[in-house]
Amino acid sequence: MTKSELIAHLAAENPHLRQPDIELIVATIFEEITAALARGDRVELRGFGAFSAKQRDARTGRNPRTGAAVPVEGKAVPYFKPGKELRERVNGGQIPTARTARAPANP
Amino acid sequence: MNTLTRANLAEAIYSQVGLSRNESAALLESVLERVASALEAGEPVKISAFGTFMVRQKGQRVGRNPKTGVEVPILPRRVLSFRPSQVLKARINGQTESEAADQA
Repeated sequence: MTKSELIAHLAAENPHLRQPDIELIVATIFEEITAALARGDRVELRGFGAFSAKQRDARTGRNPRTGAAVPVEGKAVPYFKPGKELRERVNGGQIPTARTARAPANP
Repeated sequence: MNTLTRANLAEAIYSQVGLSRNESAALLESVLERVASALEAGEPVKISAFGTFMVRQKGQRVGRNPKTGVEVPILPRRVLSFRPSQVLKARINGQTESEAADQA
């Protein structure tokens, strides 16, 4: 599903709204999340997930073609941690943790 | 560091679009639910200038309980991953789109 397909679905579900308003709603949501991350804030949507920016330290990288060492500056990278409910839904309703076999009792 | 929640996003929709507060909150929920149900169906969700949410199939592997050291099989499962777009990465580092393009 792309952003325009998402907008089309919402337009079909909400016939009382104009298409430009729906486009603005979708744009506002992702813009607000982006702006929050750019400010260094996090965004937490219970049941869905949390967006945050993780800091990566500066390091010495290598040009893979020449092997020359090049300094890589520190940077922030966007990170999304899916919420519990969404993790379960994606996994067909199962809790996707490593809880599978229990340790034998009193071995 | 502040944390934004649904209330902040609904408020942004309210002030940008001019819907009622209730309807703004309901529309936000519809958007999140649409994204979640596509992912539940295994379909990737691609939001240009933001990123792509996709479902990855993981095979079975042997894990270990870190506390007891007991080996346990980790069953095959489906996990969600998010790949941020170049635009989002650049914005978070305070760059404009053209600066990001120069580095790519």
